[in-house]
Amino acid sequence: MAIDSAEDQRYTGVVWHTTNFVRTFPLLTAGLAMLLALLLFIVIGPIFVPEEDTRVGYVIPDQSPSREHLLGTNTMGQDMLAVIIYGTPLTLQIGLIAGVIGLVVGTIFGFVAGFFGGFWDNLFRGAADVALTIPGFLILVVIASTLRGATDVMTQALIVSSLAWMFPTRTIRSQVLSMRERGYIQIARRSGMGNLEIIGREMVPNLLPYLGASFVLAVITAILASIGLEALGLGPQNEPTMGMTIYWGMYYTAIIRDMWWWWFPPIVVITYIFATLYIISAGLDQFANPRLRRRI
Amino acid sequence: MPIDYVIKRIGVFFIIVWAAATVNFLIPRLSPGNPIRDQLVQQLTAGGGGAGVQVEEVVAAYEARFGLDLPLWQQYLNFLWDTIQLDFGPSISRFPTPVWNTIQDALPWTFALVATATIISFILGSLYGALLAWPGAPRFVHASSPFILTMAAVPYYLLGFILIYIFSFRMGWFPLGGGYQLGTQPGFNLDFMLDAMRHSILPALSLILATLGFWALQMRGMMVTVQGEDYVTLAEAKGLRPRRIFFRYALRNAMLPQVTALALALGHVVSGAVLVEIVFGYPGIGTLLYQAVRSFDYTVIYGISFLIIVAIGLATLILDLALPLLDPRIKYSRE
Repeated sequence: MAIDSAEDQRYTGVVWHTTNFVRTFPLLTAGLAMLLALLLFIVIGPIFVPEEDTRVGYVIPDQSPSREHLLGTNTMGQDMLAVIIYGTPLTLQIGLIAGVIGLVVGTIFGFVAGFFGGFWDNLFRGAADVALTIPGFLILVVIASTLRGATDVMTQALIVSSLAWMFPTRTIRSQVLSMRERGYIQIARRSGMGNLEIIGREMVPNLLPYLGASFVLAVITAILASIGLEALGLGPQNEPTMGMTIYWGMYYTAIIRDMWWWWFPPIVVITYIFATLYIISAGLDQFANPRLRRRI
Repeated sequence: MPIDYVIKRIGVFFIIVWAAATVNFLIPRLSPGNPIRDQLVQQLTAGGGGAGVQVEEVVAAYEARFGLDLPLWQQYLNFLWDTIQLDFGPSISRFPTPVWNTIQDALPWTFALVATATIISFILGSLYGALLAWPGAPRFVHASSPFILTMAAVPYYLLGFILIYIFSFRMGWFPLGGGYQLGTQPGFNLDFMLDAMRHSILPALSLILATLGFWALQMRGMMVTVQGEDYVTLAEAKGLRPRRIFFRYALRNAMLPQVTALALALGHVVSGAVLVEIVFGYPGIGTLLYQAVRSFDYTVIYGISFLIIVAIGLATLILDLALPLLDPRIKYSRE
């Protein structure tokens, strides 16, 4: 074999690293690729489809898919392709906002419980365990119905974020608990670091993969709760989120009117979002826990 | 089982009951205006008091009923006391009917659906997951795994849409919805039972298909761990038949942690079942909740949410207390 020039080596280096990453973390790569495809769809879609098409009564209602309306139109006179293109980011937005809130709250709870232990541990772990067993969805129904459906995307995100903190709390707590006794934490403590400094400089960097996985789980929980509420009609009334699209489809009996283009595309989008998130979360698990790498 | 664990666990149950009741007390009071009162007034004015009911009279009766003239702490105590007795007051949309009566009719439907679907899915899913981790499993097990795992990514009620479309609308094999043939009188006779069963197959199937993957994945993880245990190696060394090792050595030991997972998942399954019922118009708690949400019937909404939370709390309590009897390895010692 010929001796590579420096240029070649750098090139093969990049390729080697990429293929190596793909081989070591196939799930994470697949998940991120699916996410990228989704983001491209959201970014490129609006170039071809004007936002006006999502307005109620803007197009002729009840048309089956045609060249003009690729996914047909619904009874409310909206173009379904436009609804999907402009509604998908709204659903993702609800999930992301609620996921961030859930992650921040859950991480704080988890750290307090794991780091300080004792009473705090009993309080926060207990709260998370109890909140996980009860069907919290019904509490959301109580809240959302009391608001009389006067919600927008932001309020919806806030409501569902109250279900998104439990998984992060549990994950972070158990990791902090095992990390607390490790050698490097002991050394940091002996060398006079304060609690906050230990948490910020020693623990959080080591927890990043777990934080990532918890975040993904929190987003999944939030989106699931959100489309559940929306199926009851308890969502942003004037926004074409995926859950509301399905609600209106049910409301106007889209199934028995054979309007598959009304209810099927949102289901595909939702399933795609969940599959992407599940795969990323499994990929992050592999990333965080090397023992899992060989198995799948 | 140490007695302080039992007491603590029962204590947690009562905290759940208290919290669920308190949420129902606080939320309407925290929201601007009084949603129950507003709705009541609106309802009665819209109806024109056709049934000879005077608006003011009903509202006054309602306020006296809830003791809204009393100080807040006393209202709270009264509310807790009534709630514990399952007295949620009258339904707003079907006015004098107590909430409990409307729930009572729907309860058996939901219970039958959720219990059957959960048991079937739990057993099939666990068995399937165990086979996934077993080297000697038949080939179709591995071949079908992508399908089952994809199903797990679809929320329960969305799966229901697809099932209705294919099997009811296109094929016409099953009814399009409802719990029984319209016009028949619910009763304990064979015809009605068969009819009700036919109506419940698709709702149950969407619950089963959607949860199967969850149980399978959990069980698979557990089986992988169990297979590394010394007693399985010993059993292999003894030359026992693979079938015997699978059922008696690996499966039995991997199965028990699944029961813990069941306790955790129950709330989730019931929330999902509520939505599945709506899609199918199945006459259970979910459809009742849907109607209540659409007519802003708050007392029914609050009653249902309290009842389901307590029911799940109770089921989890029983599972948690029964688990050590099933699995002697579980000890409640301090970590």
